[in-house]
Amino acid sequence: MKVVNKKVGSVDGVGIMKGRKAFTDDYADKDSLIIKVKRSPHAFARIKNIDDSKAKALDGIEMVLTYKDFKRISFTRAGQGYPEPSPHDKFVLDKYVRYIGDEVCAVVGSTEEICLKALSLIEVDYEVLEPVLDFEKAIDNKTIIHDEPEAKEMFDIGFKPKKNIAASYHMHIGDVEKTLSECEYTIKETFYTQAQSHVMLEPHAVNTHIDYQERLVIYSSTQTPFHIRRIIAQALEIPMSKIRVIKPRVGGGFGGKQAIHGEMLAAYVTYKTGKPAKLVYTRKEVFESSYSRHPMKFEMALGADKFGKLKVIDCKVLSDTGAYGEHALTVFMVAGSKVLPLYNKVDSVRFSGDVVYTNHTPAGAFRGYGAIQGNFALESAVDILCHKMDMDPIKFRNLNMMKEGETSPIFAIMGEGTEGTPMNMDTCKLQECVEDGKALIDWDNKYPYKDMGDKIKTVGMAIAMQGSGIPLIDMGSATIKLNDDGFYNLMVGATEIGQGSDTVLSQIAAEELNTTIDKVIIYSSDTDLTPFDVGAYASSTTFVSGNAVYKAAKALKTEMLNEAARIFKVDIKQVEFDGEIFKVKNSDKKMTLRDFSNEITYSEEQKQLQVTSSYVGPKSPPPFMAGFIEIDIDKETAEIDIIDYVSVVDCGTTINPMLAKGQVDGAIVQGLGMAMFEDVKLAKNGKLISSDMLNYKIPTRLDINKLTTKFVDSYEKSGPFGAKSVGEIGIDTPPAALANAIENALGVRMTSLPITPEKILQKLKENEK
Amino acid sequence: MKINLKINGISKILEVEPGEFLLDVLRRNNYLSVRRGCDNSSCGVCTVLFDNKPVPSCSLLAVKANNHEITTVEGIQEEANKLAKCFGEYGADQCGFCNPSMALTVYALKQENKNATDEEIKEYLVGNLCRCTGYVSQHKAIKKYLGEKNESS
Amino acid sequence: MEVNKFVEAKSISEAYDLIKADRLNKVIGGGAWLKISMKKAKTLISLDNLGLDYIKEELDYIEVGAQTSLRKLETNKSIKSLSSGILSKAINHIMGITIRNIATIGGSIMGKFAFSDLYPVLLVMNVKLTFFKLGEISFEEYIDIPRVNDDILVNIKFKKNDSLGYFKKVSKTALDFAMINMAITTTNNNFKIAIGSKPSIAQLSKSTMKFLNSQDKLDDEKIEKACDLAVEESNINSNVRASKEYREVLIKTYLKRGIKQVIK
Ligand SMILES: Cc1cc2nc3c(=O)[nH]c(=O)nc-3n(C[C@H](O)[C@H](O)[C@H](O)COP(=O)(O)OP(=O)(O)OC[C@H]3O[C@@H](n4cnc5c(N)ncnc54)[C@H](O)[C@@H]3O)c2cc1C
Ligand code: FES
Ligand code: FES
Repeated sequence: MKVVNKKVGSVDGVGIMKGRKAFTDDYADKDSLIIKVKRSPHAFARIKNIDDSKAKALDGIEMVLTYKDFKRISFTRAGQGYPEPSPHDKFVLDKYVRYIGDEVCAVVGSTEEICLKALSLIEVDYEVLEPVLDFEKAIDNKTIIHDEPEAKEMFDIGFKPKKNIAASYHMHIGDVEKTLSECEYTIKETFYTQAQSHVMLEPHAVNTHIDYQERLVIYSSTQTPFHIRRIIAQALEIPMSKIRVIKPRVGGGFGGKQAIHGEMLAAYVTYKTGKPAKLVYTRKEVFESSYSRHPMKFEMALGADKFGKLKVIDCKVLSDTGAYGEHALTVFMVAGSKVLPLYNKVDSVRFSGDVVYTNHTPAGAFRGYGAIQGNFALESAVDILCHKMDMDPIKFRNLNMMKEGETSPIFAIMGEGTEGTPMNMDTCKLQECVEDGKALIDWDNKYPYKDMGDKIKTVGMAIAMQGSGIPLIDMGSATIKLNDDGFYNLMVGATEIGQGSDTVLSQIAAEELNTTIDKVIIYSSDTDLTPFDVGAYASSTTFVSGNAVYKAAKALKTEMLNEAARIFKVDIKQVEFDGEIFKVKNSDKKMTLRDFSNEITYSEEQKQLQVTSSYVGPKSPPPFMAGFIEIDIDKETAEIDIIDYVSVVDCGTTINPMLAKGQVDGAIVQGLGMAMFEDVKLAKNGKLISSDMLNYKIPTRLDINKLTTKFVDSYEKSGPFGAKSVGEIGIDTPPAALANAIENALGVRMTSLPITPEKILQKLKENEK
Repeated sequence: MKINLKINGISKILEVEPGEFLLDVLRRNNYLSVRRGCDNSSCGVCTVLFDNKPVPSCSLLAVKANNHEITTVEGIQEEANKLAKCFGEYGADQCGFCNPSMALTVYALKQENKNATDEEIKEYLVGNLCRCTGYVSQHKAIKKYLGEKNESS
Repeated sequence: MEVNKFVEAKSISEAYDLIKADRLNKVIGGGAWLKISMKKAKTLISLDNLGLDYIKEELDYIEVGAQTSLRKLETNKSIKSLSSGILSKAINHIMGITIRNIATIGGSIMGKFAFSDLYPVLLVMNVKLTFFKLGEISFEEYIDIPRVNDDILVNIKFKKNDSLGYFKKVSKTALDFAMINMAITTTNNNFKIAIGSKPSIAQLSKSTMKFLNSQDKLDDEKIEKACDLAVEESNINSNVRASKEYREVLIKTYLKRGIKQVIK
């Protein structure tokens, strides 16, 4: 291979570094109307009256929008395949506010100052209602958060709004109780994970204008431009043909932009007034009023026989979706479906639980998408069991984990909202991952711990899997066209959000077309110009969109050969193409690509060569990895220095090894953030205290020493050039690996995230008693 | 009120409000490479050079730039280009929202301390957060850039 | 920020008259803190043109103008030579250098921040503040008086010394406020200890100092005792960054390590 699996710099890094106009707000019309949202100070309340007369009277205020301006059409903000597996429980603006930070009304004016002034002049009369602030008390609470008749599920997701249940699910294989009773060793533990924030550095941003064809153009910092177009068309009853969504460069998403945020209001304002408008979230709005990771509670039970063979996994989950049910069911499902198959040799397994509404900031999509939560619970529980059995955790995993060629019945049972898809693990190099990782971290010399004086050195590990798109649901497509002078345009609906997909997809096209990456000019994504793609989520881009690009490139090549055969007046089988030159076999007839493309553009039988191909995955081959952490713990203060994090990953062929490493590195650090630093603090009334970057702490470069990221040789037949996905897998292992390391060193089991030195000391103290 | 300042070497007279911050004034005047991440000096995305020193433009009153020199990444294109090449070599660019500010800060470090140690590089850049890369590849790329000879400008 | 007017003061007395004239007139140092703490001011009074940005070495002290940036202090050789360079070290632990390039020593002192990483250091270093009206007072005195809202801090004088120093800040990430911070100096076995971010404002640990300074020779047991004393007299509490209990552990641990380091 010439381009794929090679060190290729990103196609856009230079321009971005040089500060070229790139991100959504760079494209905002200079005289855009500014939109500012008034946000609820109450966790739950009914709006009795909004007095906006003073605000409307202000010079420069164009309009004030309240729920009265909108027809009651329920929708979900979640950008997912349609019909969505998320309940339609949201209105553009509503009479009820359901969390502190929820939208009350919006002002639209000429400058930010005037809008802020107007916000302060609006008087809202609330009937304050009793909120649900403890997700363990949400079910059958006397407060019903979604009592409105319009709230609905699109198909059966276990939606029971009267019980504050946004979704629920149950599955089991075998008889869990019976198997547990037969096990030599059993353990039970409860785990909690927190509402991590994405903290992508570019806040949510949108701007809108009407173009000269009188159509609504939306620039949005989004992961899902096509879903945005659909949701806006439905909720605002604008013909879809009148809407164009352009996704410029996106400054990080991590799932946080897999939904509608300010787009709805901006679209409405421009559609109504005909004037350009923009809405950029403040950092506080990003924290408080977009959405976070779903906090979850896991009640885990495991059982093994006397040889250390895992026999049973029981996993009961309670997930907090906050005030709205974005991604409620699907994130919850992934906590099982992309975690439990890791141990596929059990006799019995059960996964069940509810996703509940509370009056918290909503939860939604976030890299890992439930798998990080589930992984923390399962991989912690596994180590607890190992300690009970006095068995080396690596030996245990080698004995019990998924191997190549095997399968798990869970794949067929659990999908994302629908049934799953059965599949065999045609590639699964978990064993190599574990072996290599063990050597790289020098496990044998450091496990379980080493006394270093003031500090204890220790190691911990966890294994993980993810998916590569949602099988039979996620669709990606690509258009490739040949230009005169012999270069190509590649148009994809796949959304580059910083993960490097524009580069990776260009590489796939260049490889198949036997050319260099500078000859492939990629453009993503624009609902008018690029073919449909579900967007950047579920680790789908390289696998799903990459396959589409591969197919398109292949088809275009065939068309080119056809045309060349016509020009040479020979049979297509006689023509060879090496990326630069067309040749007729056993003859000296040849033509450069450049001459060829000029000929078919300008000379005879001119035509535009262009191909569009689509791809839907029949399966979703999981990437796998083993993560190993080395830490030094201060004996007195329990402060933790992260010495190294070793990741050994099987993601199939790495189309771009450097960018793949970047995905893993970045995800590991984000996972470490969740494991150690990213504490979500709430006031008694439900207000988020950690709602700015002074109070919500993500890892800095001084907190990270070394990341050792390696890829094992692996080739997934169904992927483009053997690739699986790599966008999410990296985030899954850090919480469990850290918790396991701490138990290895100190003998205490940390069961809630984040794991802080303070909590460790508390636990040690409790254990002394 | 009016302020006199140099932006990227060019003298400008700009109209600003007394309570306005430099970031807003720059963006209003089409210096779009300067962007907002947090708005409370916690992320580094809005960094510009103020008399060659990196500062958070979200937290610096525009009037304070009166009679001073401001440099945005538009003013150090050649250096940004070099740094971008190093980033490319180590796969250190992802979304790039942090990158123009990174270029300015790294450039300032190069002026101040060409032989910075690993720890000094990290300390100098710690205020420039990045949520995408995990920092390690950036660090390698920055070291490479700092080690390069033949500084122009 | 809602500001009606911005004035470059031409003299310190003009600045002084302006703050006296209206409670909503504010002096601005670097303005970094004002950005996150103030919504509204009538007149902002800039001290930028008063020649207060300097570090001057005199025979037995170093004088620093109030408008000197934290970064300039941090990197200054003379400042680094005081008490093992703990002032530079403390500044080095405040956010990133971008902020330290705009934040001033004047603003840092006048803000009376309970989280201040500088306060413990200034308390153990023999520092004098010169105010326009109030005249010269020691930093120790300044800590005990209520917040000064109507005077201008002109300069800060650091007495030269050859004491040994120790500084420690514990925070969640490198960019966070402190859970605790502390500074120790010792000159001829005479200890000064100050602890801050408890979360209340920094104080000298006077009983602890008295105890340590009355010992002939320090052994582990006496150091332990000193650490207990420090915890006892420090009025420690909980906030979002750390609990009272954890702060106690941190203080004990790092005070012990600090004392051992400076007596080595
Ligand atoms: C995001 C952020 C994080 C921070 N983190 C830390 C930290 O971890 N540790 C730490 O120690 N510090 C921290 N600080 C504080 C910082 O170090 C400075 O102390 C602070 O910004 C004040 O300096 P300034 O020049 O910005 O003051 P300004 O904001 O200009 O002024 C602060 C106050 O002092 C008054 N003032 C300024 N100069 C004078 C003068 N000469 N005479 C009289 N009054 C004056 C002003 O009117 C105002 O009330 C942080 C600050 C910010 C913004
Ligand atoms: S926007 Fe200025 S530091 Fe974040
Ligand atoms: S590359 Fe995205 S924040 Fe740094």
